[in-house]
Amino acid sequence: MNIELFVQLLVNGVIVGMLYGVVAMCFVLIYKSTQVVNFAQGEFVVLGAWVCLSMVINMGLPFWAAFIFTLVFMMAFGVLVQVVLLRPLVGEPIISIIMATIGLSIFMQALMNWIWGNNAVRFPDVFASGSVSIGGLNVETAYLMSLVLSLIVMALFFWFFRFSRWGLAMRATAYNQQVAQSLGVSVGQVFAMAWAISAIVSGIAGVVIGLVSAVSNSLAIIGIKVFPAVIVGGLDSIVGAIVGGLTIGLLENMAEFADGQYLHWGNMYQVAPFYVLIVILMIRPYGLFGTPDIERV
Amino acid sequence: MALAEPAVRPAESAAQDTILALNNVEVIFNDVILVLRGMSMTARRGQITALLGANGAGKSTTLKAIAGLLHTEDGEVTRGTIHYDGADITRTAPDRKVKDGLFLVMEGRGIVQDMTITENLRLGAFTRPGANLKHDLEQVFDYFPRLRERHGLAGYLSGGEQQMLAIGRALMARPKLILMDEPSMGLSPLLVKEVFGIIRRLNRELGLSILLVEQNANMALKAADYGYIMENGKIVLDGTGEALQQNEDVKEFYLGGGERRSFKAVKSFRRRKRWL
Repeated sequence: MNIELFVQLLVNGVIVGMLYGVVAMCFVLIYKSTQVVNFAQGEFVVLGAWVCLSMVINMGLPFWAAFIFTLVFMMAFGVLVQVVLLRPLVGEPIISIIMATIGLSIFMQALMNWIWGNNAVRFPDVFASGSVSIGGLNVETAYLMSLVLSLIVMALFFWFFRFSRWGLAMRATAYNQQVAQSLGVSVGQVFAMAWAISAIVSGIAGVVIGLVSAVSNSLAIIGIKVFPAVIVGGLDSIVGAIVGGLTIGLLENMAEFADGQYLHWGNMYQVAPFYVLIVILMIRPYGLFGTPDIERV
Repeated sequence: MALAEPAVRPAESAAQDTILALNNVEVIFNDVILVLRGMSMTARRGQITALLGANGAGKSTTLKAIAGLLHTEDGEVTRGTIHYDGADITRTAPDRKVKDGLFLVMEGRGIVQDMTITENLRLGAFTRPGANLKHDLEQVFDYFPRLRERHGLAGYLSGGEQQMLAIGRALMARPKLILMDEPSMGLSPLLVKEVFGIIRRLNRELGLSILLVEQNANMALKAADYGYIMENGKIVLDGTGEALQQNEDVKEFYLGGGERRSFKAVKSFRRRKRWL
């Protein structure tokens, strides 16, 4: 057994899994508070990456300034999508809303193809050194940053939903819109905020992925890859999204290891998460962490 | 000044006393279903007002129309006006109304089941950003000592405790007028008594105005200063709590235990006194 490769893939799995978790959280956030399944989540991620890249390469901004600009841009973009595309659809059947987000995904893909072209572009080196050594293990700086940012985002999410006023309002809206309104929460504002947060965090994930690999439109596949993570965790659970993301990330890399070392079936990396998705849907249709309604006995 | 004018003119004082006034309100659901047809009533500041009626009379709709929560159910106020605290609020957004001190405790309590008790209470103070909630939480726990002892998710509370939590959460918003939709629903007689006791205390000790919608006419009229009875989307009878309790029609239809009559007599009585 190739221990070195195994450890490498394990670390990869955790880091990629955390990223999946973060994107899955964005997905869950929108679903939970607005009951919209956002099929354009992957495009949100790529858009964030492209915007940051253009700011660095074309505008010549330092990386941190470009990063902050990206966050602001994504926030505005999220609110715009909610107000222009989804607000008029409130109360329409779920299938119409799903079609709208699929349409948005196609539209954004075409737009990004048009603006930034079809090729993969690497970020210029933004870190002083390419890798740092932690306990004898060489870790790429971009990976480390990815891990740290993922953890920060998760901690912020936790704080937001536990302690902040708007976080509580968002949970109340997810529970029952009429109840939230009766408490003085403006549901329209909560919806816009959910999309804004989701877009910001997607943008962060996009930049990180761009740093780790390269920016290209095909990265949008993460929006589909995240599905198993979301379903594994249960559509309405933020913790589930993180656990689901980690599971899928690790699973992919372990499948890759098993495939490359022993099985030689090819492409298990891509397929394994979806096998798990099917199995989990058969055993627990509401996901591992999905909450069935509380029933008092 | 030569002429001593009375400090407040009668008409003005009446207007100041009135905290809520519905004038000929009509509510239509889904563009076709007429639920409120010319509903008019007033609630006075610092008083408990009861709104009684049978199932489907439009009591809950009235409260939702006042709080502005109709459009989530595809309903709208198509005619008439609702005045609160001197201002026309017929088309005001619901969050604005909560900020102005008008708070609805929804039927079935409307507590958020997958939040803890404290989170529910803090949510009640949503319209008061930056407020120090410690004092308010203490006050709620003083009124509802049971809630202090319970931990965990609100969904696991008993029905009575959930009702108390819902009322406590309303207090967190520091309201002027609380609308309560059937606080006695699904509670044992003993708990109903307790909840009504608390409602009366809130009214007396905090000076809260309360508009109470109830099916339990007996309890409601005992607690209320003034009562309205509604049928088919409008008020058919009103009077002070005591007067309504003595009223033969109310006894007959809502309180039970009216005079005994033969079946034939009851039928003719109903015919004569049909409030339509």
